[in-house]
Amino acid sequence: MEKWMKFLEVNSSRIFDLTIEHAILVGLAILVALLIGVPLGIYLTTNDYLAETVLQIASVMLTIPSIALFGVMIPVFSIVNQGIGFVPAFVALVLYAQLPIIRNTYTAIRNVNPQMRDAAIGLGMKPIQRLFRVEIPNAFPVIMAGIRTAVVINIGIGVIAAYIGAGGLGVLITQGISRGDNYLIITGSVAVAILAMIADGILLWIQKRFTPKSIAN
Amino acid sequence: MITFDKTTKTYEGNVTAVKGVDFTVEKGEIVVLLGPSGCGKTTLLRMVNRLESISEGKITIDGQDSMSLNQTALRRKIGYVIQSNGLFPNMTIEENTMIVPDLLGWSKKEKKERFHKLMEMIGLSGEKFGKRYPHELSGGQQQRIGVIRALAADPPVMLMDEPFGALDPIIREKIQDEFLQIQKEVKKTILFVSHDIDEAIKMADKIVLLRGGELMQYDTPSEMLVRPKNEFVREFFGKDRAIKSLSLHTIEDLRDMIGLAEFDDAIADTKTINVNHDLRNTLSMLLNQEADQVIVSDDDGNKLGAITIDIVQQYLHYEIKAKPAPVLEGV
Repeated sequence: MEKWMKFLEVNSSRIFDLTIEHAILVGLAILVALLIGVPLGIYLTTNDYLAETVLQIASVMLTIPSIALFGVMIPVFSIVNQGIGFVPAFVALVLYAQLPIIRNTYTAIRNVNPQMRDAAIGLGMKPIQRLFRVEIPNAFPVIMAGIRTAVVINIGIGVIAAYIGAGGLGVLITQGISRGDNYLIITGSVAVAILAMIADGILLWIQKRFTPKSIAN
Repeated sequence: MITFDKTTKTYEGNVTAVKGVDFTVEKGEIVVLLGPSGCGKTTLLRMVNRLESISEGKITIDGQDSMSLNQTALRRKIGYVIQSNGLFPNMTIEENTMIVPDLLGWSKKEKKERFHKLMEMIGLSGEKFGKRYPHELSGGQQQRIGVIRALAADPPVMLMDEPFGALDPIIREKIQDEFLQIQKEVKKTILFVSHDIDEAIKMADKIVLLRGGELMQYDTPSEMLVRPKNEFVREFFGKDRAIKSLSLHTIEDLRDMIGLAEFDDAIADTKTINVNHDLRNTLSMLLNQEADQVIVSDDDGNKLGAITIDIVQQYLHYEIKAKPAPVLEGV
């Protein structure tokens, strides 16, 4: 234990830098995934046929082992000289985040009480007014749950990104494995877990803060 | 005024929900669409604000073909109340009520004034309830909010789809009375869907009785009860339609026609009833007590006379017998 404390003391600034790097990689990937996934999920509620296809593709995406997907990214992005590093890792994480975000958005909007929707239409709301005033506010908790799942998945998968040179906390773990250094492995793993818990906690706070009180339960 | 002109609704696969229905809802009247489930009453109602498309024929509102108007603008001019009140849980009572004025771009001040005026109309405090959310209100209160939401932008026409259907009988009756009071004031042209015969008789100026999408009879409640046009109408209102028709008449009507009996103060346990009560309630009161008379009083408490079962029966006999026998079709 003492030796570990000593290790942390010596390496604290490096651990901190890697954590920030990890958070930025995952954060940007989630941001882009949101910009794609939420509008797509909403659009799919108007197109049943496409919805099935897209949700299936997104499901398949999530079953691809992360190490394999990162591997596939390398030759693809080599074409533009970005074979290793941030870009392929970022793209892979965006893809992994799609399923929970699209599926939860789609399901949440679909499940808005049809009578509530009927009232909104009957009162003379245009589709876009209905979406922003009624459907999204009432679907918000479920959409947020999808985002939280995506964030936690991405923080975990982001570890593998170290193998293709994207940095982040995975660096500690991969180095630990290759050197047989347990302190590195444990430190990296604990840091990943703490990061995931903090991120989820923040998102949960946002979810509670912006969920209309009356639909919270 | 709403006019239905050979209005027809056909779904894909040639299922006809509404078949060439013709009738007019006059300005300021409540017309109840009545019929067994699947008779097309809700479909017909939803065709007015174009939640359902019109397959053939047309619907005109105040002389304007509903199809010639912009769909959204049309809906904002028509108040719409549904059974499960359809309040939005993410909005406060004030926001819910003021949706249509908000969509129409009213100012904050106008909305606030309107909200408080409407709340006053249903006897709830705007101050107290304005900031609350729908789930914090009772079912009856929520349904009242649903009604004033439809009235918010003062639309000339209102559509009500079983608005009181989900309430328990006691609350339902109270809200019906309250709504009739409001209607006296606002005089809207109202189309009202119901499957409850008693509610229809109570609320309607006229009833449209539908079966399988076809109009069976369009008449005032009393005409329909006393002179059903065909066997279906007769059966729909049932064998007790004579008793039902009693709820359309007050003691006052009876007094005008055949007069009351002398009252006897000596009879113990005699109850008193106001002259404006309907005869159906009076009859059940008579049947549920020991004494064979009920004393009738006016609003000031003066005793006008007494009413007995014999007199009610005499009136019923007179009311129905005095009118020509119904001409039955297909009998």
